[in-house]
Amino acid sequence: MWELRHRGGGGPGPGGEAAAPPREGEAAGGDHETESTSDKETDIDDRYGDLDSRTDSDIPEIPPSLDRTPEILKKALSGLSSRWKNWWIRGILTLTMISLFFLIIYMGSFMLMLLVLSIQVKCFHEIITIGYRVYHSYDLPWFRTLSWYFLLCVNYFFYGETVADYFATFVQREEQLQFLIRYHRFISFALYLAGFCMFVLSLVKKHYRLQFYMFAWTHVTLLITVTQSHLVIQNLFEGMIWFLVPISSVICNDIAAYIFGFFFGRTPLIKLSPKKTWEGFIGGFFSTVIFGFIAAYLLSKYQYFVCPVEYRSDVNSFVTECEPSELFQLQSYSLPPFLKAVLRRESVSMYPFQIHSIALSTFASLIGPFGGFFASGFKRAFKIKDFANTIPGHGGIMDRFDCQYLMATFVHVYITSFIRGPNPSKVLQQLLVLQPEQQLNIYKTLKTHLIEKGILQPTLKTDGCCGQLVSSSKA
Amino acid sequence: MNEESESEAKADGETASDSESRVEAATLPPSADDTPEVLNRALSNLSSRWKNWWVRGILTLAMIAFFFIIIYLGPMVLMMIVMCVQIKCFHEIITIGYNVYHSYDLPWFRTLSWYFLLCVNYFFYGETVTDYFFTLVQREEPLRILSKYHRFISFTLYLTGFCMFVLSLVKKHYRLQFYMFGWTHVTLLIVVTQSHLVIHNLFEGMIWFIVPISCVICNDIMAYMFGFFFGRTPLIKLSPKKTWEGFIGGFFATVVFGLLLSYVMSGYRCFVCPVEYNNDTNSFTVDCEPSGLFRLQEYNIPGVIQSIIGWKTVRMYPFQIHSIALSTFASLIGPFGGFFASGFKRAFKIKDFANTIPGHGGIMDRFDCQYLMATFVNVYIASFIRGPNPSKLVQQFLTLRPDQQLHIFNTLKSHLTDKGMLTAATEDK
Repeated sequence: MWELRHRGGGGPGPGGEAAAPPREGEAAGGDHETESTSDKETDIDDRYGDLDSRTDSDIPEIPPSLDRTPEILKKALSGLSSRWKNWWIRGILTLTMISLFFLIIYMGSFMLMLLVLSIQVKCFHEIITIGYRVYHSYDLPWFRTLSWYFLLCVNYFFYGETVADYFATFVQREEQLQFLIRYHRFISFALYLAGFCMFVLSLVKKHYRLQFYMFAWTHVTLLITVTQSHLVIQNLFEGMIWFLVPISSVICNDIAAYIFGFFFGRTPLIKLSPKKTWEGFIGGFFSTVIFGFIAAYLLSKYQYFVCPVEYRSDVNSFVTECEPSELFQLQSYSLPPFLKAVLRRESVSMYPFQIHSIALSTFASLIGPFGGFFASGFKRAFKIKDFANTIPGHGGIMDRFDCQYLMATFVHVYITSFIRGPNPSKVLQQLLVLQPEQQLNIYKTLKTHLIEKGILQPTLKTDGCCGQLVSSSKA
Repeated sequence: MNEESESEAKADGETASDSESRVEAATLPPSADDTPEVLNRALSNLSSRWKNWWVRGILTLAMIAFFFIIIYLGPMVLMMIVMCVQIKCFHEIITIGYNVYHSYDLPWFRTLSWYFLLCVNYFFYGETVTDYFFTLVQREEPLRILSKYHRFISFTLYLTGFCMFVLSLVKKHYRLQFYMFGWTHVTLLIVVTQSHLVIHNLFEGMIWFIVPISCVICNDIMAYMFGFFFGRTPLIKLSPKKTWEGFIGGFFATVVFGLLLSYVMSGYRCFVCPVEYNNDTNSFTVDCEPSGLFRLQEYNIPGVIQSIIGWKTVRMYPFQIHSIALSTFASLIGPFGGFFASGFKRAFKIKDFANTIPGHGGIMDRFDCQYLMATFVNVYIASFIRGPNPSKLVQQFLTLRPDQQLHIFNTLKSHLTDKGMLTAATEDK
């Protein structure tokens, strides 16, 4: 980027039209290679071709980014040495983030959803900004618009799919919403197509490759951040415990692996992250499993965490009230013989969910770190130290959430495979969309099935009263 | 420009062949002539331009004839052809990525790219197979387990590939590896999802597969002819050969073609019926009572056209109205897929995606306009033609918990009663 600035400022270099005007004072994106070429008439795309195929060694290092710690912290810690100051800042920010997390949990599921949405938007923004810097595409203004437009489209599509499921009763009332829901896929596709056509029409002659790169960058970012955040929200609707336990397991693994590595670390784990050690990895694994086990035990007691989130149209808010499923009811498990000898008890009562929490914690500590390695590799590939400077001492939002990625997808897949079958409200919503004759046929099939299974008692009354569970007997 | 890129390439320690291929890519050399010898001899006395014409024409006819043959052979062969086309398109795009990034010397990438292709295909085929082959799957024990935990198994397979990728990151090639990872995923997104939507459309009825594809082909050919005879105003800077006359002429010709084709095809059951898997004969059958969409109906012609044609009413299939929508999309929006591919080729300085078809280029060159079409048809069917699949809903219902089943049943009951479909008298039957 230094080279471009020199050349762009000077005579009629070919870099004139593609030179990013010197923007940030901090050269936080200066990964433009030191060009050994002269000012010949090179096609801009060729120069980016060089950018692609060169090895990373030609890309210069980024100078350290600005210090964004707030003034009060700086004053309070002015007496300490620089290393301890960094430690304290990290520590204070960690505690701040954890308390913010607790506060939002207290405020309820709606706030949590808003939080997930804002994190998603911020992560998207951070990754796209990196892409802009890598490709110097600040002077192609369509890209910002198009990237944000695609984010909007994909979010609209996903939210439409989930909202329609969970707010079925609310949606049935409003006519316009009915229309939007029925043709939701078509509307989303039309919106996306509009963006696609705008992209094709915006292709500018000397910047084709750049524009295609940004297109692909946007789409891969959408694939990573937006799908994950929607899976997080679907997990949340299943019950807040499915949201809290995985996220806390990942956070705990981060912290525990750090502490174990600090005290016992000797054998390096992977070349990509030289600070990680095998001792930290294994120690983190065991402590995360125990932590998950205990957290699951504590949280399983409360209906607030355990019940699926539902939207009640009468109170116009989200409620979490239900009869906890047997996953969250204490059961007695007889211990295998060797544990019996150790603990000197015949059986132990725990929630079945705790067994699932072992699976979740295992994934969080064994596979979750691969998300972190992926992000580390990404940062090394594009020669950046942190994704952004949002959180002092920690870097950007992406830096905190890189290990969470795979976790959300895993929890979602786990729930759909092992815990519950299809989503009942989605089945209902699809039923209501069918043609009336089809609905009648299905009604008759279902009725026969339910009577067969004894769930429904054939009513002899003719007032169309609802069937009841056999267990609750009628007078 | 050539000397500079060569010197840079040598500075990077690249081999001579790499820099040579890059120079070739930069200067757009004419592609190797792949025409078969027999054609070459037959056309040897014509001038080069006419020879090119004839080669293109013959190959076009050959491809169309091939299309008809596989339609005749049935849905199973069609699915296999779609699968092969998908793999070949994937291969072509990935090869371009390798050429752009000179990543042949990182052998893990080939393995990983093909592995990801396998994973995503396994996931998609598993989802469709479970729907359509439901009874077959329920009978066989291993298939049942595979289908029950399908998502989990697919996710595990994908994760394995992801972890292999992370472990394969090599110090000086991070950026390259991330680029190839991104390239692979975008290619999968484009190629594999489209091909699976094509197969979904096929299962809906072969007419939903044949009419859209033929409309796109017809639009290509008609726009070319109109442009050849009447073309004057250029359409878009990206493809200088396209003209507005060709575009608009192609639009009208395609709509008319779509109307005629759907009229002809709606008469035959084998095109119109959903493809089903018959458990007894263990094969695909297309036998059904055609839905209301494919039964002739009388339509009143609006006054304006009445005076022109002199008829009061016309008998058409309702499907022909839908075919107007499909042809309109094929001629107005389909070309954007072609412009996208043209932009892509210019961006990476390639003339054609590959040299598979003499005179035409690679498979991707033929299918670039088809992309958006498959997604559009699928979305169109899901939104306007049919709702959710009733039998699938019943299956899902049967796996729910009893209290959920009861809740749904009661809601459905009150809904039907509200609509007046259900009275106390009919209930007791």
